[in-house]
Amino acid sequence: MEIVNYFKAKTIEEAYQKLNEDPSNLIIGGGAWLRLSSKIVNTAIDLEHVGLNQIKETKNSIEIDAYVTLREVEKNEALANLFSSIINKGISGIMGVALRNLVTVGGSIFGKYSFSDFITPLLAVNTEVEMYKAGRMALEDFLKLRTREKDILLKIIIKKEKVLGYYYKMKKTGLDFAVINVGVTKTNGYYKIVVGARPSLAAYATSAMEYINNQKVITPKVIEDTAQIVVEELKFGTNSKASKEYRIELTKVYVKRGLKEVTK
Amino acid sequence: MKVKIIVNGYKKVYDVAPDEYLLDTLRADNFYSIKRGCDNSSCGVCTVLLDGKAVQSCTLLSVKADGHEITTIEGYQEEAKKLSEHFGHQGADQCGYCNSSLALTVHAMKTEIKNPTNEDIKEYLVGNLCRCTGYEAQHRAIKLCLEDEE
Repeated sequence: MEIVNYFKAKTIEEAYQKLNEDPSNLIIGGGAWLRLSSKIVNTAIDLEHVGLNQIKETKNSIEIDAYVTLREVEKNEALANLFSSIINKGISGIMGVALRNLVTVGGSIFGKYSFSDFITPLLAVNTEVEMYKAGRMALEDFLKLRTREKDILLKIIIKKEKVLGYYYKMKKTGLDFAVINVGVTKTNGYYKIVVGARPSLAAYATSAMEYINNQKVITPKVIEDTAQIVVEELKFGTNSKASKEYRIELTKVYVKRGLKEVTK
Repeated sequence: MKVKIIVNGYKKVYDVAPDEYLLDTLRADNFYSIKRGCDNSSCGVCTVLLDGKAVQSCTLLSVKADGHEITTIEGYQEEAKKLSEHFGHQGADQCGYCNSSLALTVHAMKTEIKNPTNEDIKEYLVGNLCRCTGYEAQHRAIKLCLEDEE
């Protein structure tokens, strides 16, 4: 990425005004994946000084500001004790500590990276995002947004619930991107199944979720059938990491393991 | 753009491009201990400490270091000496390309984790690749160095 100007905003409004001054202006997070882009950016806008660097635990939720680093999220004790630690597990598999000390929550989510190991577990629990202009919305809805309106992600809000969770990232080497990543949760008897890096962006397996949530008893046959529905409804593809067929087989295995784990 | 960075305790002012990486800025200022490896956030040989935390200088824009403290191995020589001796005794020194980044990462780990376990050490150092694959000897040397300091 080529950056012509760099602007450190003092307030969110100032950042928002600057963002909308030029179509190529953008908000910069930790900057980890800048080298992956060949874009020319007129002004990169830095949010370091706008006060978006807190993790706040309330009675019902955990709110994580956009400028918090992934390492800070990973080390957060409240999160580690919730959701079977699937969020911490997801983050700890992302490259090394030195990179996670730079990567921000905002950059990781706003980028909607298909290889994300953060978005998959967040979708598996109850997560909302708060945008400066568009307000609050479910993470799922945010990921589907195709609006051209430029906005700023302020924070994510994770609802505190009793969740049994499973997360697995299949990767070829320790520091690699995921070949596939799978999140499965059970919250108050309701199952969620998320598959990411297919290689497209993480998504719910809605038909499979509907099927399993309508079953009175979760038998091995139900788990087998659910995994089959997951791979039939979601779109898989081939890239340099793995073939479509391999991803399908892996997904079946990890969805089954996840369901067994959360129904123990 | 002018940026003010405290490097190893000394105030420095650099004139940098908005998309210049800290690795390039510091190497241009003769901090050759910071190595260029993969140049894509993967190998960790460019690690420096940003306000005491390990970060990859090939990924950190110099403008983001403005107003912060950077430590390179040049600013950490006395403590690194102890680790270096253990590296020698354990045969962990091979080409030496990753040593300075490893020493800084170990320092960051000690600050962050009290009494790190074997698993903690492995997990913390996963982002520091050794081209000679001397991981076992390095791990022994780090363990012994930590035990010495207890």
